[in-house]
Amino acid sequence: MASMADMGGGAAIGRRLINVGIGLAVFVGVWMLLRLIGVSSSGIVLQVLNGLEKGSAYALIALGLTLIFGTLGVVNFAHGALFMLGAFVAVTFNGLVGLSYEEVDPTRTDFLGNPAVIQTPYVEAWFGEAAGQWMIDWSVPLSILIAVPFMALVGLVMERGLIKYFYKRPHADQILVTFGLAIVLQEIVKAIYGANPIPTPAPDAFQGSFDFGVWLGFDANTILYPYWRLVYFLFAAVIIAGVFAFLRYTTFGMVVRAGMADRETVGLLGINIDRRFTIMFAIAAVVAGLAGVMYAPILSPNYHMGMDFLVLSFVVVVVGGMGSLAGAVAAGLILGILQSFASMTEVLELVPGINQIIIYLVAIIILLTRPRGLMGRKGVMEE
Amino acid sequence: MLGLSRKDTSFLLIVIFLTLATPLLLQPFPEDSALAQFNAGYPDLMQRFAIFGIFAIGFNILFGLTGYLSFGHAAFLGVGSYSAVWMFKLLTMNVIPALILAVIVSGLFALLIGYVSLRRSGIYFSILTLAFAQMMFALAYSVLTPITGGETGLQLSLNDPRILGVSQTPEGNIPVPHLFGLEMRDSVQWAVGGWEFTFNAGYYFCAVIAILVFYLSMRIFRSPFGMMLRAVKTNQTRMNYTGLNPRPYTLAAFVISGMYAGLAGGLMAAMDPLAGAERMQWTASGEVVLMTILGGAGTLMGPVLGAGFIKYFENIFSKINDNVLHAWFAFLPDGLEDVVVAIIHPFVGKGWHLTLGILFMLVVIFLPGGLVEGYRRLTRAFRRTPRPDPRRDPEHHPGPVPHVGE
Repeated sequence: MASMADMGGGAAIGRRLINVGIGLAVFVGVWMLLRLIGVSSSGIVLQVLNGLEKGSAYALIALGLTLIFGTLGVVNFAHGALFMLGAFVAVTFNGLVGLSYEEVDPTRTDFLGNPAVIQTPYVEAWFGEAAGQWMIDWSVPLSILIAVPFMALVGLVMERGLIKYFYKRPHADQILVTFGLAIVLQEIVKAIYGANPIPTPAPDAFQGSFDFGVWLGFDANTILYPYWRLVYFLFAAVIIAGVFAFLRYTTFGMVVRAGMADRETVGLLGINIDRRFTIMFAIAAVVAGLAGVMYAPILSPNYHMGMDFLVLSFVVVVVGGMGSLAGAVAAGLILGILQSFASMTEVLELVPGINQIIIYLVAIIILLTRPRGLMGRKGVMEE
Repeated sequence: MLGLSRKDTSFLLIVIFLTLATPLLLQPFPEDSALAQFNAGYPDLMQRFAIFGIFAIGFNILFGLTGYLSFGHAAFLGVGSYSAVWMFKLLTMNVIPALILAVIVSGLFALLIGYVSLRRSGIYFSILTLAFAQMMFALAYSVLTPITGGETGLQLSLNDPRILGVSQTPEGNIPVPHLFGLEMRDSVQWAVGGWEFTFNAGYYFCAVIAILVFYLSMRIFRSPFGMMLRAVKTNQTRMNYTGLNPRPYTLAAFVISGMYAGLAGGLMAAMDPLAGAERMQWTASGEVVLMTILGGAGTLMGPVLGAGFIKYFENIFSKINDNVLHAWFAFLPDGLEDVVVAIIHPFVGKGWHLTLGILFMLVVIFLPGGLVEGYRRLTRAFRRTPRPDPRRDPEHHPGPVPHVGE
């Protein structure tokens, strides 16, 4: 069973420092290499920022995946579908607050000369015009309030209704049944919302771009970064820090970590570890769902977005090391940044097509040189 | 016969009979009956049964015997297709050289990818194969466009050299794939009463190859080599301690299954001479996993059944639309008819994936051995005197012996 020693323990600190050093050296090396082929420093910073946005989505999904694997020992192929469900919670809420009723206003006419039909959203009628407009504008962040209980419920039902019966089954069976569930979930969403992506705008306050160039001392307009992506990255950082703090500093988290290390002994101490693991599953579902909610303005949600992210998230989890939370987060960010580095025109001129394959290439190299991923532990998922 | 036990021989004969009689068996309903749309005896679909059957049989040699779950097998299918189309473009429209090249090239790719990927096991192996396949898919779409045709796919043209054949027919058309003059799309129609049967040259070509490779996989299953592969699945550590190196055996299984996939890809190109990158995407790799598990991994017949089952559903269920449903339930009172149609509607037509997903989940939950396991349970339930389960026979399968010193 996976353990979470990478979250603490003094003996490993020295080795971890060495790893951090290697990581920094690689980063500096890549930076110098990029400078060498003629990329400006501001260009590199911009790509790092771009990479952080995509990387934090990978990290959030991978975090949930590895959390489920570490606690329940289950490989959840339906995790991408949870991400997708989250995005569709935002779509639904956005649609709901936009619902309006029609009124014929006899005092005004439209451009054809007929009496004008005024559409008033219900929320404006109920909460007043200002509050209603604010709700419509801020629908995506507000849908978090709905997404948390909804995703927790979905997670609980999924775990109690299906996953529970697969603890003892082979990993192949778990992959297959959750894969089937993912197909079912995405087909249901497709039946309700159709196959086309549904644009879901971010609040107007975040529409523009933030000029990082001025802020970091480069020329103005060299590093323009959309506000919403910045929000997404900060949001992801808060969620990740929250999950880590929850596991590290609460009694509940301590018991869960103990259960990850040795489920049987914790059970023998009279603690209902299954119930706690179920709650962790719900938390993982909420994390994936929130990642989806906030991603809706970046990528218009469609029914297969979950599958698209799932494959990459799995690569991320494996590169980070199965069952290692810190590994999942680190690998997500690193792969996200490398992917945006590879999409730069200067790099593409040198190595055509590299942007398509960089993640897989890195995954292959890491798996061959570090058999258990960046921070994986021996004996996990190797049977 | 042919180096098989009597039981296997009769099994093989049944399979041969079923395969050759497929155009008759899959056409059980008269043309003008309401059930005619459940007929699957048209050439296109039957070819796909045979081709995906071959693909799944090959995948089963790796996954069913050694337990290594590859998530990138579609890459070999794609490579096979591309090589076959290139053979059609450069040499001749005869399918034999195309298939030979497809098998060789995919075998080389499998050797390379297998050699690297098999350094790891478990999910790490799955991710490595997935990564290789996705890389090949992405490259085929972008950088390798001169070789693969990119997004439009690789197609034949009137200007292809075709050294041993003709660049274009006297009528100015692109020549069609043939087997020493027998065109793959040739068909013979046979109408008996209300029934109409189609015997297609392409299908029979695929069928004969499918029977050959099925026989080959049967021999592999029963051979000492197959025993070694099973040993890899059961306990690699113990195999190591016995002084056997599992790597060459697993690699051989990987290459063989890659060649099966390449053969299937080559046949796909032979039936319809074009090749596209989407054949290599991970969803295609996932499909063959589904087929094998659905039918029953590690059994001889399972993968073929699974392939047929999924392809049948894909083609037949997706064609049922609301009009058809209304026709079926016309005997019900009007209000009730609409309700029933509304309930069934999401599961058929464009929503057939939903049915597939649910069915698939049900099979994994209740029938871990797949369709073959379901068949065994059924026969066991209907047999009057239950035969003793050979696995519980203490003579042949003694229980685990307690370890000394534990």
